[in-house]
Amino acid sequence: MSFELFMFLVTAAIALAGGVGMIVARNTVHSALFLLLNFFAIAVLFLLLHSPFLFAIQLTIYAGAIMVLFLFVVMLLGVESIEDRTKDRLAGQLWLSVVLTLILMVQAITITLLAEPAESQAQNTALLDQLADPALIGATLFTTYLLPFQITGVILLVGIVGVVVLHQRAHLYGPLSETEREFAEQYAAERTASGQPAEQAS
Amino acid sequence: MDIFLIVFLVVQVLIITLAVTTGFAYLTWYERRLLARFQNRVGPNRAGPLGLLQPVADAVKLFFKEDVIPTASDKVVYLLAPVLAVMTAIVIWAVIPFGCFNLNGDHTACFDPARRDEVWNALQVAEVNIGILFILAVTSIGVYGITLAGWASNSKYAMLGGIRASAQLISYELAFGMAVLSVVMFGGTLSTWEIVLAQEGLWFFFPLILGFLLFMISATAELVRTPFDLVEAEQELTSGYNTEYGSMKFALFFMSEYIKMIAMSAIATTLFLGGWRFPGLETLGDGVAALAGPWPAAIIVGLVSLGSFLLKVAMFLFMLVWLRASWPRMRYDQLMQFGWKSLLPLAILNLVMIPVVVVLVPDNRYIQTAILFVLGIAAIFGAARIGGRGRVKSKVELVQPVAEGKQASAASSAPASQQTSGVAS
Amino acid sequence: MYDNYVFLGLFLIAAISFPVLPLIVARLIRPKRPTPIKQSTYECGLEVIGDFHVQFKIQYYLYALAFVIFDIEVVFLYPWAVAYPELGMPALFAMLIFLAILAFSLVYDWRKGALEWI
Repeated sequence: MSFELFMFLVTAAIALAGGVGMIVARNTVHSALFLLLNFFAIAVLFLLLHSPFLFAIQLTIYAGAIMVLFLFVVMLLGVESIEDRTKDRLAGQLWLSVVLTLILMVQAITITLLAEPAESQAQNTALLDQLADPALIGATLFTTYLLPFQITGVILLVGIVGVVVLHQRAHLYGPLSETEREFAEQYAAERTASGQPAEQAS
Repeated sequence: MDIFLIVFLVVQVLIITLAVTTGFAYLTWYERRLLARFQNRVGPNRAGPLGLLQPVADAVKLFFKEDVIPTASDKVVYLLAPVLAVMTAIVIWAVIPFGCFNLNGDHTACFDPARRDEVWNALQVAEVNIGILFILAVTSIGVYGITLAGWASNSKYAMLGGIRASAQLISYELAFGMAVLSVVMFGGTLSTWEIVLAQEGLWFFFPLILGFLLFMISATAELVRTPFDLVEAEQELTSGYNTEYGSMKFALFFMSEYIKMIAMSAIATTLFLGGWRFPGLETLGDGVAALAGPWPAAIIVGLVSLGSFLLKVAMFLFMLVWLRASWPRMRYDQLMQFGWKSLLPLAILNLVMIPVVVVLVPDNRYIQTAILFVLGIAAIFGAARIGGRGRVKSKVELVQPVAEGKQASAASSAPASQQTSGVAS
Repeated sequence: MYDNYVFLGLFLIAAISFPVLPLIVARLIRPKRPTPIKQSTYECGLEVIGDFHVQFKIQYYLYALAFVIFDIEVVFLYPWAVAYPELGMPALFAMLIFLAILAFSLVYDWRKGALEWI
């Protein structure tokens, strides 16, 4: 068994363990940490595929940015542990996920079978090394795939619009919706009735 | 790989990790002595000559401290957090070249980018072609140690400190990443080794003066040191994210903070001050080679390059301690506003400036440098002017000369009380 | 060249074992006399009131969201930064357009007040 194959098997096992752990863990922060482990393993898999650039990007974006966002959501909402696990919030999601996974597997196997066999291992590796060069990625991104790239920029702008929308909803003195106003008034009335000083319902 | 290479590697890795942790121990001594000097005190001077054994005494104390784990904490994550913090601080060192000691015995290969394969450098663990991205990735993972410590302690102070810290770290990471990106744009490579070689005869500090400033500010913020140390604002949060940590686990957080401090200084040295380069180093190597042969030359170049690297790092560390001695802490809203509204626009400006100059003024590094230097200085002063415009001038008059104040208080008590209230507000 | 990543892995192992070893050593030599008071959460010496699982300001989350988006945009620029001197003017313009989108997002965020810390 070559060193590379050995590394692949170990990393793949870690990635799978991380994935399973994420689903099984009862505590949301633990789930997030298992997912982080999974991201690390995937990063190493990119490295084994001779793509150090993607390795670094996987760590920076997924482990360093997106997981931080997840953790923020979990911590800010204060919903670390879910008590009721028996109730399925989203009806039928189990079966849907099984079907989708099967489709994905069939797809992956078909692609592997249809792929043209490599001429030789050495040639393949050389090609991979060439493709993984960051300069080549940059050149391709800014010539052949220029339009999709710019569209990505616009799509990311949509994300920023999302931030603004959320901000305006969260704004302390922003307009409340009808139900929010009713709730606030009701709350203030209850407080006054129970003898506590009324807070300002804004 | 033969067995000799593996043994060599293990020894190399061990020596570097040990050197880094010893560096940490003596950095605490260095900082305490320096701070004492800044504050007109003596500082630790009892344990050993000049207090040089103080770090050892501290380490022994921390080893023997009882280890208290709060019952409310999440045990596994609670223990994982300091380990993660130290791990991310140490692992950055893998890609930083401390010097060039070519074990093939040829110092000239150290200075030639084309002869990379002929260099077997004892003073760098791993020369990867994405070294700079690796540094960024590891810095971005550094958030977890603090965030998880805050969460796992199950304490309000720790949680507040942790959340504050992570929001601060991610906010300044953007400016940090953009400052590093400007180095990549000017140097044209992602490898730390090649960045050092590209600074032949021209340290990137000069063309990238704006980037350097952005880097220093955001690196200080990433290190959560004064004036950005709101995370452990002891007046409000007792100790921030590590409130519930004691004994060795506290020492680990302390360690991660100081190792990161050295690592950031080392990164700044590598990116902006020419790394291990020193004017005349190559000539020195050639001279020694002519006199005594290639091996002594390789050794001399190795030692001098390591010394020059350490000298520059020590200079940055001095600056960080100096900062801590001189500046008060910022307010949290100021901190966030500064990161997003001052540093980020400047960083984007920097990213526009550099490629435009590099593409429009091709093939002459020195003309590019002159233009970029002038533009950078102009941008810094412009930003300072714009930033200072909104500031309200202090309405408080300075304290009157002592004699005059005494006379006033002797004459009547009313002006005196007015005066004191004026000073207090 | 991939040998270097093996070195990196080796260094990673060293970096992990370095904090773990002192923890184990300290565990062996330190005293251990736990009491409930000692192990309670610190709250200025008073009884702990309430749960720490509270909702924080949503502003923290908004900064994190904006960070993720800007971070992705910055990462796109890295491959460009090593390739652009050969690509010349067209790539420069393409990148400036991209940076303009980025700057526009920042300005938009700013003008709408999403960067205010309230």
